[in-house]
Amino acid sequence: MIYLDHAATTPPHPDVVKAVTEAMTRFYGNPSSLHKAGAEAGRVLQQAREVAARALGVSPGEIVFTSSGTESNNAALKGVAFQYRDRGRHIVTTMVEHPAVYRVAKQLEELGFSVTYLPVDRTGRVSPDDVERALRDDTLLVSIMHVNNETGSLQPIAEIGRRLKRYPKVLFHVDAVQSFGKVPLDPKGWGIDLLSLTGHKLRGPRGVGLLYVREGVTLFPLLAGGGQEGGLRSGTENVPGIVGMAKAMRLIREEQAAKPDHFARLKRRLVAGLRAWGDRVLLNSPERDEEAAPHIVNFSVPGIKPEVLLHALEEEGYLLSTKSACSSKKDEPSRVLMAMFGDEERARTGIRVSFGYETTERDVDGFLAALEKRLSELLAWMKG
Amino acid sequence: MTTIYLDHAATTPVHPDVVAAMVPYFQEHFGNPSSIHGFGRKVRLAIEDARETVARALGTEPSRIVFTSGGTEADNLALFGPAFAHRGAGKTHLVTTEIEHHAVLETCQHLERLGFSVTYLPVDRTGRVNPDDVARAIRPETVLVSVMYGNNEVGTIQPVAEIGRICRERGVYFHTDAVQAFGVEPIDVATLPVDLLTISAHKIGGPKGVGALYVRRDVVMFPHLFGGAQERKRRAGTENVPGIIGFAKAVEIAMAERAARRERYLGFRRLMLSVWEARGIDYVLNGHPEAFLPHVLNVSFPGVDTETLLMNLDLAGIAASSGSACTSGSLERSHVLKAMGLPPEVVGSAVRFSFGPANTEENVREAAERVAEIVQRLRRRK
Ligand SMILES: Cc1ncc(COP(=O)(O)O)c(C=O)c1O
Ligand SMILES: Cc1ncc(COP(=O)(O)O)c(C=O)c1O
Repeated sequence: MIYLDHAATTPPHPDVVKAVTEAMTRFYGNPSSLHKAGAEAGRVLQQAREVAARALGVSPGEIVFTSSGTESNNAALKGVAFQYRDRGRHIVTTMVEHPAVYRVAKQLEELGFSVTYLPVDRTGRVSPDDVERALRDDTLLVSIMHVNNETGSLQPIAEIGRRLKRYPKVLFHVDAVQSFGKVPLDPKGWGIDLLSLTGHKLRGPRGVGLLYVREGVTLFPLLAGGGQEGGLRSGTENVPGIVGMAKAMRLIREEQAAKPDHFARLKRRLVAGLRAWGDRVLLNSPERDEEAAPHIVNFSVPGIKPEVLLHALEEEGYLLSTKSACSSKKDEPSRVLMAMFGDEERARTGIRVSFGYETTERDVDGFLAALEKRLSELLAWMKG
Repeated sequence: MTTIYLDHAATTPVHPDVVAAMVPYFQEHFGNPSSIHGFGRKVRLAIEDARETVARALGTEPSRIVFTSGGTEADNLALFGPAFAHRGAGKTHLVTTEIEHHAVLETCQHLERLGFSVTYLPVDRTGRVNPDDVARAIRPETVLVSVMYGNNEVGTIQPVAEIGRICRERGVYFHTDAVQAFGVEPIDVATLPVDLLTISAHKIGGPKGVGALYVRRDVVMFPHLFGGAQERKRRAGTENVPGIIGFAKAVEIAMAERAARRERYLGFRRLMLSVWEARGIDYVLNGHPEAFLPHVLNVSFPGVDTETLLMNLDLAGIAASSGSACTSGSLERSHVLKAMGLPPEVVGSAVRFSFGPANTEENVREAAERVAEIVQRLRRRK
């Protein structure tokens, strides 16, 4: 099986698995306990926090470990909204966010907040001018993802961050779940106040994520209780998971440095192969490097049910996906592709290929050959 | 010197079989259960098996179990979920007790900041809530009552069945935090009148970072984590597959051994007390004389300061605690003992010993002896 679905989840790195299982048996204490077993777990937790902070280029005190990217996003949006609800009720986001932002925004609307959902162009990107124009006196938060999970579209985060510096009361949240370790990311330099990551998209374990909270930013905690994570996130710390996440963050940064054009090369090869299909296959991801992260390539085959094609390709040994793994109903058009192209058929037939650092050019060639075989069959059968 | 771990109410070592059950799900079965390809499907089936194991242990159906990241998240969801879902209907009041875990107490305080009102019921000197007080506290605006099953600091078991019946009569939801009770007490939601019940894996030999909330079929609640459609839209986020698998394994082991563990823990308790009696050590037993969790033993040694005692115990290789581990490093005076109205010298000298499956009669006896020596030494010094 060739796994081309790294944007859904990634196989944990063997060193990460080792670190997690070892931590599970060796450091079983509760970091809040005062005795040796607790203190040891606390020390391991602190080390992991330092590793994670270094990988992200922030301070250890700015890292809040959570249980997932979803939790981090919820904590950021609700945390700002509830904390500052007396100052304002307005939030700016985009039409192409992951459900873990999009649906939280919808819920906040039900709770009396107002939300502006910015449109995107055909590259899936928002315009920094639109962001600035959407700001109001009562705007609390701008939440914009870095890399889109369906298309790889890369938002102009640095530019938006630069402009938001002129609005010191507006906080800036970035969902960087798909971008960390794949494309450059600089929370401090870009003026980001809050940033979400998750372990399982970067060869770390499930059940752990983090929220970067810039020093000086106060949040209403999403999870109340024992006051762990500086009071911002209660719950007994998942020490082994956190150890694994920190390790995975360090490892993926090393890979990123060692293989800077790995994904771009794979993407060029794949896109060239898809182009050979002419207008039967529509490329949905923008092609240029400054417009998209190259580890995600989305295309539509109008007229072909994506599940049918996916299933055929699975029989050939290739695993990929239709839109995001989290979407519920199968034949609903993708909200992201709708926002980009306004074309229902195109948005209904999107297929996503996503690479990891283990993916090779041979995998891409094999995939293209499998597509050639099975898509030709499907098209012939439809005509026949 | 071997360390004797007597702090299982804070957290437990992961059972080796649990680790073994989890490993394949880190490696070959790493698929995302929401993915539609075969990889994801296999993982989805494994999660459904795990859900069934947990459901069976509580006497319910798999669809009633919502996996969370732990007891804290399950408690937050149990309170926030119904509170927000019914706020529009003017249901803005909750009832709880003064001796809940912080995960419930702090959540209540957060709800107060967001416009809800909360009644915190007192307890008697054994740590029990009076069901009549619950009945009196319920108002037309009350949406939910939350009373823990068994207390994490002193072990007192609450009259949950009676409180549940009152809640049912009055048409309000009843939540119970059974994090400490699960695994040692028989819990059957088919007969127990509860609507929401919290459990956590790391207290029963499972991994950290996973827990569950039982949600009765007719409970209307909002999710606390919004996003994907996981957990039947009651809790978004990619499932912590290895964690869930490990949780189920721990539940399976705990259920098979539950009766035996109870007996062992009760034996350990008697053993410690008898060692102290034989040595003529004065102690005060905290909690309820009959309704208590078998693995939690909370005692005070008047004249000895809790913190000094714990430090000395730690040096002597005994891991015990002052009560809740969740007060983040600082040793606060226990809100539970305070609520029980115990005299300052009892509150200020309380320690909690909590047992687990790896403890043996020898090491419990050894621990009791070391405690006795230290208490004697500290008392002589005064
Ligand atoms: C962009 C984006 N944000 C958030 C998430 C949610 O993260 P998690 O799966 O850890 O809940 C995902 C993945 O599903 C994602 O792709
Ligand atoms: C009674 C009780 N409720 C809730 C919790 C919190 O559970 P978790 O540590 O899984 O967040 C604990 C343990 O800390 C507890 O003892």
